[in-house]
This record gives sequence, C-alpha cells and structure tokens, in this order.
Amino acid sequence: MYKIIIPTRYLVKRRITYFAVMAVALCVFIVLVVMTVMTGLVTDFKQKNHRFAGDCVVGTKSLVGFAYYEDFVQWLEGADFVEGVSPVIKSPALIRRRSSERNSRVEIMGVDPVRHSRATGFGDTLYYHKDDVSKAFRPAYDPNLPGCILGIDLELQRGARSTYAYQASPAQVGYSISCLPLTAKGALAQAGTDVIDTKTFHYSDNSHSGLPRVDGSIVYVPFEQAQQLCMAGSEKRASAIHIRFQPDITPEEGCRRVAALWQRFRREKAGAALAYLLENVTVQSWKGYRRESIAPMEQEQTVMGVMFGLVAITTVFIVLVVFYMIISHKSKDIGILKSIGVSDFDVIELFSGFAFLVGILGSSIGLSAGWVFLVKINRIEDWLFERFGFQLWDRTIYAIGDIPNRVEPEVLVAIFLSAVAACLAGALLPSWQAARQRPAETLQVNQL
Amino acid sequence: MTDSTDKNDIILRADGLHKSYRMGTTEVRVLKGVDLAVKKGEFVAIIGASGSGKSTLLHILGALDRPNKGVVKFEKRDLSQFSGGELNRFRNGMVGFVFQFYHLLDELSVLENVYLPAMTGRSVLGWFACRRWAKNRAGQLLAQLGLAERAKHKPYQLSGGERQRVAIGRALMNEPKLLLADEPTGNLDSATGNGILKVLERLNRAGQTVVMVTHDERIAQRAGRTVTLIDGKIGHKHTR
Repeated sequence: MYKIIIPTRYLVKRRITYFAVMAVALCVFIVLVVMTVMTGLVTDFKQKNHRFAGDCVVGTKSLVGFAYYEDFVQWLEGADFVEGVSPVIKSPALIRRRSSERNSRVEIMGVDPVRHSRATGFGDTLYYHKDDVSKAFRPAYDPNLPGCILGIDLELQRGARSTYAYQASPAQVGYSISCLPLTAKGALAQAGTDVIDTKTFHYSDNSHSGLPRVDGSIVYVPFEQAQQLCMAGSEKRASAIHIRFQPDITPEEGCRRVAALWQRFRREKAGAALAYLLENVTVQSWKGYRRESIAPMEQEQTVMGVMFGLVAITTVFIVLVVFYMIISHKSKDIGILKSIGVSDFDVIELFSGFAFLVGILGSSIGLSAGWVFLVKINRIEDWLFERFGFQLWDRTIYAIGDIPNRVEPEVLVAIFLSAVAACLAGALLPSWQAARQRPAETLQVNQL
Repeated sequence: MTDSTDKNDIILRADGLHKSYRMGTTEVRVLKGVDLAVKKGEFVAIIGASGSGKSTLLHILGALDRPNKGVVKFEKRDLSQFSGGELNRFRNGMVGFVFQFYHLLDELSVLENVYLPAMTGRSVLGWFACRRWAKNRAGQLLAQLGLAERAKHKPYQLSGGERQRVAIGRALMNEPKLLLADEPTGNLDSATGNGILKVLERLNRAGQTVVMVTHDERIAQRAGRTVTLIDGKIGHKHTR
C-alpha cells in the first residue's frame, strides 16, 4: 500500500514533479496534434489519389498507347470482380484560350465521363454536371459544341480559404488544344498540312480532384476526340484503362487477378500486328500508378515517425533527468524505507509507480489539451487569419480545405501507452540506482 | 548452570567484527575485531569518540551494513546466512531503528510514519486486513509517547523532541525484539534529550532490549551497561 501512498504524496508535494508532468503533457500534446494533422493530410491525399486513379490501372507511359484495348475492356467487363472500366487517352498538349495568344502546356485526358465516373471518382470532382455526368462535355450555353473540362486551377483562382468563386454557369470560353498525333510506330503523323493537330473545345465544367498537380494541368476532353487528336492510324489505341473493383475485392487482390487476365490476353494477342505495343503495358494498383505523387508524402510520414521517435527519446530523457533529481533528493527516504525492511525490488516498484503516475497524469493532460486544441483548430486558424492574416497552410498554395482534426481512438491509446512506457523507461535507471543505495550510507550524518 | 542461562539469554552476539571503508586510495579500518553480546531486556550503551565506529557497529548489528569479517548472531542465527528476503523481514520485524536525525518521511503524517513499518511488511491485501489494528496500535504508541494530538501533523510541524518520539514510535510499531538507537539525543537540547532517555528507560523497564550509541558519557550512564569503543575495538566495559 505504501507503494501507492508514497508515490502519490511525492507527486502532490514535490514541485519538481509538476515539471515532469508538464514535460510529458507537452510531448503528448505535440505528438497528438502533429500526428492527427499530418496523418489526416496524408490519408486525405491518398484517398484523393485513389479516387483519381480508381483501384487499378492497366497502361503504358508510351505516348503511342496500346492497341486492342477494347477487347481487353470486354474481358474486364465480363469479370465478376470488376465494377467499372474506363479506357483513357493521355497526351501532353498545348492549350490556348481563344481570346489569348499565350499557349500553356497541359495534359489532356480523353475519357468517357460515364464510364470514367464508374471506374474512378471523376463524377464527384465536377461542379456543374455532378448529377448528370453524361452531359459533362456539353457546354450549358450550347450543348452541340464539343466541350472540355478544365482542371479547376486552370480556370479559377483558389481563394485564401481554399474556395473557388464559381459562376452560376460556365463562362462561354473556347480553347484551342493542340497535340502531336503519333502513329502506332511512334512517328509524327501528318495532320492536314501540319504535324500539329488542333481542335477547339468549349469550357463545359471544372474538375476539382483536390490534387494540385492534376487540377493545375489536366484538361478532360471526350475520349473519341482525344483519340483523333493524339493517336493517328486505323487501329484504335488507348493510353490506359482505369478499373474499379467490386467492394468486396481489395485493390491488391483485384490487381493480381487483372495481371493474370492481362497475361492471358497478351498470349492470345501474341500474333496480332500491333502485339509489340502490349509489351510495355503494366498492371498497377492505384498506389503504384500514383507512386510519384504519394512517395514524397510517405517519405514525409517516415520523417515524421523519426521525429516522433526523437520526441519520445526527449520525453524519456526529461523524465530520466527529473527522476534522477527527485531520487537524489530522496536518498534519505530510500535509506529509511530500507531500514524498515523494504527490499531493492520494492524500491524500484515504488519509483516505477511514481513514474507511472507521472505518465498517466502527463499524458491525460496532454491528450485532453490536444483533443480540445484539435476540435478548435480550424476555428483558431480562422481567427488567426481574420485577425492577423496568418494561415498554417497558405490555401493559395496548398490544396487543402479544413485542417484534418479527426482523432482516432487507437492513436489516442497508442500515444497514451507510449507516454506511460516512456516515463517508466526514463525512471528505470534512477530507480535501479536508488535500489542499489546502501542504507548505511544514505543515513549517515555526513550524507544529510 | 549460570553460564548456560546467560548464553540462552543472549539475543545479539557479535564476534570479531571488522569493517573498513575505502576513501580514495586509502583504506580506513573502522572496526578492528569487535566482540559484543547483548542479553534480552538489557539496555546497552556503546560509547566512543566521534569516528570511533559506533554508528558503523550499530548498522552492522541491525543488518543495515555487512562486516568485512566476523559474525553477528541474532537469537543464535547468523545474519550473514540470511537471504535478502529474510534480512528485510529481520529489519522489518525484529529490530527497530532510532536515528539521530529522526529520519521521518516528510510526505507522511505523524500517524502514517508510525504505522509505516506495518504497511511495508505487508501486501496490499494484507494491509487492508490489518490496517485498523495498525492504526490503533500507532495511535496507542503516539498516546504513550505523548503525541496523540500530533497524529495528523506533518513531521516538519513538530519540534526535534517530538520528531524523535515519533521515530521511537515507528521503531516500536512491529514490536521488535531489539531497539537500536543511534545518538537519539544527539540533535536535541539536554532537557528534550532527557525526555527521550526517559522514554527509552521506560521501554527497557517494560522488557525492551535497547542498544544505544552515544558519544556523551552522562547519557551512556543512563544505560544498564556501557561499552566503550576505542580505536575500533571494545576497550572498556562498565555495568551499573
């Protein structure tokens, strides 16, 4: 019982323990807030990439694309694990607003909006045609004109709070889009009198995927139009096929099955005239397909993990120092306790109990404060912005809305347990040293 | 017959105790072959000059320290043969220590300091089973020592004499067979010290075996027997 009473009294009576508690609370607070915000941002970013790519992408980086995609699309549509399939044309292009002389480099994506919405989250990124994606390429001002959907950052300026000033209907603007059509052999095809093929499209909608690179560089045009613009030759070709699996199929499992299906398809097409175009086609999960975007974020997460490791080491060190000081001051008590029959192990238990209390109290305070701070974080940021024009992330640069603040219960538990464990680890060495003290030495008059 | 009775009456015996400490490169020999026997119910004062090894001897007799050489037997059992757990039980139940500087825990109340040995000797469940008894006994001890009104005070709220009486109460909590007092009046004025000696005398008259260390000859004379420690050896014995 004294192992409970004495540590509790030390905790209450010794002012230095308040510093230990506050140090633990501060570390826990930092870890909870940073972890919640950063994990939220990374998770959000991954989800956006997942929605953009679908579950799986069969495609090639070659601008020539690959042939026989329609046959493989049929195979996929016949597979029971596939929910949606969307062939896509991708190509670099130049875009010029009709009223302007300036060309900008963009990437065009030729899609069938209905199929692409079934395979990816494309439909949800639209503003004017969210409810009827089949009309996504029909400009409201003249449905007969060929439409194009612009990545939102190509058309609208992002506001200070990550908002856009949408108009009631899309502005009547025409865009000239120019491509270099390639033959199946990769040669530049003659398009009329020039090698550059140019078509005019009319602004029909915006796509807001939440991915800055996508929203700032992609122009969606109808699939057939893109095919005519970029892929010369009689044999139809596509750049990629985006696939969504049935809800009960994981992306990994689905990709494995698609890869097997693709191998079979390739064997079947081995003798075909354009079979060589199938050689560079890969089957990738959405993570693999968006690796270049996701990898830096994951690297940041790893760096964050290392930083948290350092925070944990700091906590251990602070607790160690504080306990070392406390135990140095308490050597007389240790001598007294040993003189009345308390064992070395009991001394370790007593000071470990003390560390346990410091850990529990510190992490409870830190978690509570962190939780309250996270609940209010967006309001705090709004207030700071209104008063001082300060934003944690400048929304004109970063494509995020609210700061993620959803606290996961398992994260709370993990932080709590880690903090208590860090306190116990920090107290272990001083406790052990305390246990080794000889009462005859600590109780000597000249030791007082 | 008398010799045999005497041997049976001996509660504590030390034979040929040697103890040395290392101070830097020099080895300081504190005890150089101390022999001592204490009978049950005896009040023995060990007297000696500062640095003569009195406290070291007392610590060895109470198993707070180990001799380099020699044997300490408590009720014929060699302390050096005790396991760690047995030594802890010995310190908890068989001996009670009273120190010159009281050595009370500042975070505990007077009552808690007194019943602390009862608490440390038991598990949580064991403590819950006997806590009423322990608190009653601690209360009675404080009443006997004239501190009933001070039970809820903290040690730093008491005078030196009161603190020493609390320390005596704590030492007696588990009804030890041997009370070891290390300069119990060394930090008190003569009137207060005299009060503490009266308490020890009263306990001794009630049958408590007491071994007291002091450098003051007048205080030592209050004991039934005086043993003088000179240069690490027992030099002179005097029985009242």
